[in-house]
Amino acid sequence: MQPIYLDNNATTKVAPEVLEEMLPVLGEFYGNPSSMHSFGGSVGALVKKARERTAQALGCRPEEIIFTSCGSEGDNTAILSALRANPEKRHMVTTRVEHPAVLSLAKHLETRGIAVTYLGVDASGRLDLDELRASLRKDTAVVSVMYANNETGVVFPIPEIAAMVRERGIAFHTDAVQAVGKIPISLKDMPVDYLVLSGHKLHAPKGVGALYVRRGTPFRPFLIGGHQERGRRAGTENTPGIVALGKAMELAVAGIGDENTRVKALRDRLETGLVAAIPDAIVNGDPASRLPNTTSIAFKYVEGEAILLLLDTFGICASSGSACTSGSLEPSHVLRAMGVPFTFAHGSIRFSLSRYTTDAEIDTVLREMPGVIKRLRKMSPFSAATDEKPSCTC
Amino acid sequence: MWEYTDTVRDHFLNPRNAGTMDDADAVGEVGSLACGDALKLFLKIDDAGVITDAKFQTFGCASAIASSSVLTEMLKGKTLAEAKKISNKDIAKALGGLPKEKMHCSVMGQEALDAALKNFAGEAAVAHEPEGELVCKCFGVTDVQIRRAIRENGLTTLEEVTDFTKAGGGCGDCHERIGQILAEELSGAAAAPKAPGDGAPKPLTNLERMRLVTKVIDEEIRPALKNDGGDLELVDIDGRQVIVSLRGACVGCPASKLTLADFVEKRLRETVDPEITVKEAR
Repeated sequence: MQPIYLDNNATTKVAPEVLEEMLPVLGEFYGNPSSMHSFGGSVGALVKKARERTAQALGCRPEEIIFTSCGSEGDNTAILSALRANPEKRHMVTTRVEHPAVLSLAKHLETRGIAVTYLGVDASGRLDLDELRASLRKDTAVVSVMYANNETGVVFPIPEIAAMVRERGIAFHTDAVQAVGKIPISLKDMPVDYLVLSGHKLHAPKGVGALYVRRGTPFRPFLIGGHQERGRRAGTENTPGIVALGKAMELAVAGIGDENTRVKALRDRLETGLVAAIPDAIVNGDPASRLPNTTSIAFKYVEGEAILLLLDTFGICASSGSACTSGSLEPSHVLRAMGVPFTFAHGSIRFSLSRYTTDAEIDTVLREMPGVIKRLRKMSPFSAATDEKPSCTC
Repeated sequence: MWEYTDTVRDHFLNPRNAGTMDDADAVGEVGSLACGDALKLFLKIDDAGVITDAKFQTFGCASAIASSSVLTEMLKGKTLAEAKKISNKDIAKALGGLPKEKMHCSVMGQEALDAALKNFAGEAAVAHEPEGELVCKCFGVTDVQIRRAIRENGLTTLEEVTDFTKAGGGCGDCHERIGQILAEELSGAAAAPKAPGDGAPKPLTNLERMRLVTKVIDEEIRPALKNDGGDLELVDIDGRQVIVSLRGACVGCPASKLTLADFVEKRLRETVDPEITVKEAR
């Protein structure tokens, strides 16, 4: 059965055009770009082209792009670089809703003597910019705020935040893994120091990403060794991945219109259809500032993992903020930071669409989902009548 | 994705005996919406004390629903005395096993059964019976539940206690207390089942502490260090001070100080005594 893949914030299908460009680099063009022969040199030219395409898509210069292995590497490299470049500054600011690539690093840095301010969000997942401004200190080395949230799709006002932070002479990093390819981003008009993206979220394969470092921003490498990436990231280049990323970036820019019209319309139809058909369902996150492809909907009185496994029987792929889908026992830190009640958080389902999502697929979800929720609610000891107050204190 | 057995999948997709029972003779209820899973078990019991029918309502993940479903199947036709003997292990076994992180679902089944049997015996069918000391506030788990899970399943680490009871899976404030309970259970100091609500834990004797430190170092700490090419030797135990000597890759490793504080000391504090300090032999 061909899956109905609505989990594109987790990972995406490699675009056929991308696959076509990368396959020869996995096959016949296996040379090392650093080699002093034209066989290797030809691969070096492909890497150069990929760098130019990536820079073009982001509105920056090619030399400001460092290819990495993933989003987590980019985030770690950027934040650690900012801290190492300012050793006398021992404070960083981030948010409570970051991806673990930033959040777990921040927690780790706390054990190494870095003070961290975690900014909260309101019930719609929005940041308070006054709170952000007030959190900036003389010894703040870096501010790290994600561009768009992976679970709710809420988009933060990054150009505004970047300007505020840079005005104080503080380095600004943004994890843009979920935003690149989904909303227009131009680094030309945005004083960001470090921006991170990941290939597999935008129809390139897993194992490749990019870190943008603004020209003039002090940089300390994370991986030390060879001279690759102009000494800023050691390790022989993932040439097929890099070539793929370049093509995927080009396609993303070309497709950004479709993403914000057709894909957005599909998302809206799915969202309004589900909320209309299923009682006790609410949308998580600020409807005014959201990625066009994402919706997170909470279904009361049912548990997310059970919903996902029933959807799976129809070939529908989605994800959940429920505790039970991860090894942890607590529901999503993003939904908790937003103050989503436990009675909703456990039953939150995220659908994330892509350029490959079709009308027929949305029809199938709209047809099957009400039955799935009804079936589980029938089995549940809770209902609107027995709505109980959360007795847990966490 | 979890690796569920075919039996778990079958009981989740085709749950047996789901629903309520209006004329139940016994009802057992555990868990809450806030905690992420809850189970209400209904039993019909005849005059001879045989369970003639069982039904359930469950809010929870696939393994919670499957555990409830298989439990109702197991209960039908059993006498009360036989039902009393059903443990969480039996439930997990009937499902062909559960992922270890999901074992608490089988424990929930057992606890609902307990509650139902108590209800039949005349006690109130309330969720969250405040029996014993409340250890984990996030998930409402008492020391009585934790001790039972440790004994019946041979648990030895904090992580396992969390997998089986959910205790400690939230804010983490109770990790130290769970460590003490584990230490008591492992050292045999509490080999005899404790009366519910039995006050504060007995402090360890010197001998018990030494035994436990040795056990944790040999069985847990050294194997972990060896995985990274390191090792350590226990040099001396003086009261609450543990003196060790680093071996293998740990020698001269710049991270060894952190290993001692963040791992060795932390682990010993969790499992043996919160006041233990670890020093390197000079």
